[in-house]
Amino acid sequence: MTTKEATYTYALRLGDDALILGHRLSELCSRGPILEEDLALTNISLDMIGRAQALLKYAADTENNGNTEDDIAYRRAENHYYNHLLVEQPNGDFAHTIARQLLISVFEYLFYTELEKSRDENLSAIAKKVTKEVKYHMQHAIDWTIRLGDGTNESHKRMQTAINDMWMYSGELFEMDEVDQYLFREGVAVDLIPLKAHWQNRIQTVLTKATLVTPEDGYMQTGSKKGVHSENLGHILSEMQYLQRSYPDAKW
Amino acid sequence: MATDTQLDLWEVFIQSKSGLPYIHAGSIHASDVKMAMQNARDIYTRRGEGTSIWVVPSKHISASNPDDNDMLFDPSNDKVYRHPTFYVMPEGAKNI
Repeated sequence: MTTKEATYTYALRLGDDALILGHRLSELCSRGPILEEDLALTNISLDMIGRAQALLKYAADTENNGNTEDDIAYRRAENHYYNHLLVEQPNGDFAHTIARQLLISVFEYLFYTELEKSRDENLSAIAKKVTKEVKYHMQHAIDWTIRLGDGTNESHKRMQTAINDMWMYSGELFEMDEVDQYLFREGVAVDLIPLKAHWQNRIQTVLTKATLVTPEDGYMQTGSKKGVHSENLGHILSEMQYLQRSYPDAKW
Repeated sequence: MATDTQLDLWEVFIQSKSGLPYIHAGSIHASDVKMAMQNARDIYTRRGEGTSIWVVPSKHISASNPDDNDMLFDPSNDKVYRHPTFYVMPEGAKNI
């Protein structure tokens, strides 16, 4: 493995997380519980799509074989996407949307704060921008988790169910494979192992405040770093890639 | 009037630049001050419109009664001497 190959994969993984969660949140456009929340979620979605564009462009530039960020976003097969399983999970009810956002945003906040120190100047510059955005996504998710958890009996029950349902996708966030380890030694990648304790700490504080029970770590789903996904990703891609697949190179 | 079922109403004021007055931007729905602040941010400052936000529960805003318009506003309409238009501006005085 060369630094170039590893950096390509690393940027691709980060870009895919943003692309797929951005798409998931965009599905809620015009379907939010109230107008204001509809705008808040699509606003977060737009942040994610902007981040995807920056990271996939960096991946394309690194690969340097003539592909653009659009080719990368729209012309890969399912087993060549490397987003975490967590972000492809369906929106479900509003509690599931918020639970997914809480788990990923707290992780991303800790992750991108560390990535700012990366020796790779491009990744460091992207991380500085992303950290500001993610801080807001995290605050939004934390406030809703507390509001719903410490709300009515019904909202409490739904929020607890959602956290329990999403929990098995959280283990994967802290897995280090050979790409992570190689780039960590190069001073480029973030060491995910020490992040886990910080993440658990923050999540537990929020859940306790929300009168919710933090689930025990049980069986954890895994596979995304090898391109193995849940059944949800195929459905996302069939919609997301439809235009490009049906009318290749279509122009406005 | 149809009952508003979407949480409480808040008024949003945006300051576009430090030092300038806060200007009423519109209203939003929210259940608490944190949500009000976030909703105001998402709805009224997404394109660089502001650098500072005030949110105020609409119920705490007192409005003048339209029935009092004659009393409140008409008297200021017919007295040109209330406007400083009878002075000659000295040459060299700028920004007036």
